[in-house]
Amino acid sequence: MTILRTEKVGFQYNGRWVLRDISFEVGEGEFVGIIGPNGSGKTTLLKILDGILTPREGRVMLRDQDIARLNRETLAKVIGVVPQDYSMFFPFSVEEIVLMGRTPHLGLLRFEGRKDFAIARRAMELTETTEFRRRGMGELSGGERQRVLIARAVTQEPQILLLDEPTTYLDIKHQVALFQLMKTLHEQGNLTVIVVTQDINLAAQYCHRILLIKNGRSFSMGTPAEVVTEENIRQVYETHVLIDPHPRTGLPRVTLI
Amino acid sequence: MVFRSVKLLTVLEISFLLLLALAGTVVVSLFVGVTDIGIVRGVTALLYGWREGYAGFTHLEKEILFSVRLPRILFAGIVGAALSMAGVVFQALLRNPLADPYILGISGGAAVGAIIGILIGAALLPLGIPLLAFLGAALTVIIVFGIARTGAQLRSNTLLLAGVIVNAFFSAIIMFLISTSTSSDVHKVMFWLMGDLSLATTREITLTGTILFIGFAILYSHARPMNLIVVSEETALQLGINVEKVKKILFVAASLITGVAVSASGIIGFVGLFIPHVMRMLLGPDHRLLLPASFLFGATFLVIADTVARTLMAPGELPVGVITAICGAPYFIYLLRKGRGF
Repeated sequence: MTILRTEKVGFQYNGRWVLRDISFEVGEGEFVGIIGPNGSGKTTLLKILDGILTPREGRVMLRDQDIARLNRETLAKVIGVVPQDYSMFFPFSVEEIVLMGRTPHLGLLRFEGRKDFAIARRAMELTETTEFRRRGMGELSGGERQRVLIARAVTQEPQILLLDEPTTYLDIKHQVALFQLMKTLHEQGNLTVIVVTQDINLAAQYCHRILLIKNGRSFSMGTPAEVVTEENIRQVYETHVLIDPHPRTGLPRVTLI
Repeated sequence: MVFRSVKLLTVLEISFLLLLALAGTVVVSLFVGVTDIGIVRGVTALLYGWREGYAGFTHLEKEILFSVRLPRILFAGIVGAALSMAGVVFQALLRNPLADPYILGISGGAAVGAIIGILIGAALLPLGIPLLAFLGAALTVIIVFGIARTGAQLRSNTLLLAGVIVNAFFSAIIMFLISTSTSSDVHKVMFWLMGDLSLATTREITLTGTILFIGFAILYSHARPMNLIVVSEETALQLGINVEKVKKILFVAASLITGVAVSASGIIGFVGLFIPHVMRMLLGPDHRLLLPASFLFGATFLVIADTVARTLMAPGELPVGVITAICGAPYFIYLLRKGRGF
């Protein structure tokens, strides 16, 4: 069953079309990757999926509702977002940041109760952030911070998890660990995961389907084997690569040449 | 009573402690001054005397305590709480710990509004002057933000600079108004400008007190959204907050309490910078704790500052704004030197 669908979505920035005619569907419980070169409109698309940006053309449907008509709180109960970075103006602790995920479930004046703490604790265990829950966000490494932001999104108890280039600042160990974490969340929590990433290899290994964007337009959408081909990568990234089946999984593996 | 939340318990505990500190400060400052009553005798007479109409005090002492000092102390508390809370809110909205109603020129804007009110005789209307002061404050917020906003970004340095410029402009306007006015009310304006808590009337105390508590209720009910906005506006949106609406409410409420406080007490600087900052260092950045703590500690601080102002050069008096600026300005410089200090 389709949970999120874009219908001919277009977005203009300073009079220039950065996204045009994007139509795709994400099924309930799917793990979808969005890839494409820098400036191809991936992050903009993610913001449109979450209703932060309103498309100039077309619309985004959450099940059978136009998300432009939903209020922020309703949307926040369904869609959780892991942003690319975290700005540190005031010294919140890890636990405080994670608990903020409960916001859409609490009224204006209600404090977090036992149930909310339990949910946050479970999210921190899942993301292995419990040990530094009393530390300030500023004292963490990039990878730790990223996991805290994921814990916050999990605490939100959404049905859809959107991630914006979560592996950008991570070393290979943490890159793999992060995709593994997304897989765990996806399987255990029955979450629909949509991840924007630069890492074609990891996307091919973990995602059910991949959307490849070029210059704001959908170039190809399908299984990793359909999308990640030498021809597609050459046309979109203007780079020659070698693609062969991964020796373990048989999924496409990209080698730079 | 069983609390379901650790956080709520912390807020209540700390608020209670700060409330005790405030009460203690009020009692002490009540008995300190030119007519020295002595704290032990004063407290004894207060505790045992209420049934016999405070027989432990002379008639003159009663007059001084209840008609002169108590209103002034109450008023100092109200103004201190108002300016500190406004400071908390402006710092959160601008995501900058150097923001404060005085530095951003908002107090100055309120002052211009109030002075125009005094000179055109708006005092005859109920709420005339506070209303004009609020308009001045709100207008300043719009102007300062208009100057500082480049594209979608609000740069802190530009913002502080805009505050300085707007402040200078308002000082000029105030000087212009004072020097061209032939009204006999000019001396009233001069007194008031220096930040004076001694002129408070019962009506002003009631009005500022009421607005303060309404403002506090509005701000406190948005304490959680404020936490999220401080992290990032996009995060707040993603977690279900209607950011634009919340920001508008916060701006109006903070401008209102600033405007009312300034219209009644004049320009008292740095309280709104200093108090939230100290509270954030001690208690962390959660606004659900920060707002009530700054409210109570701000009240305590200004009561102390005003007591110092009226006793230091006794029998003469200093404007309380002098005391707060002497404490606050070096602190501001220290924060600037420390860079992004908090």
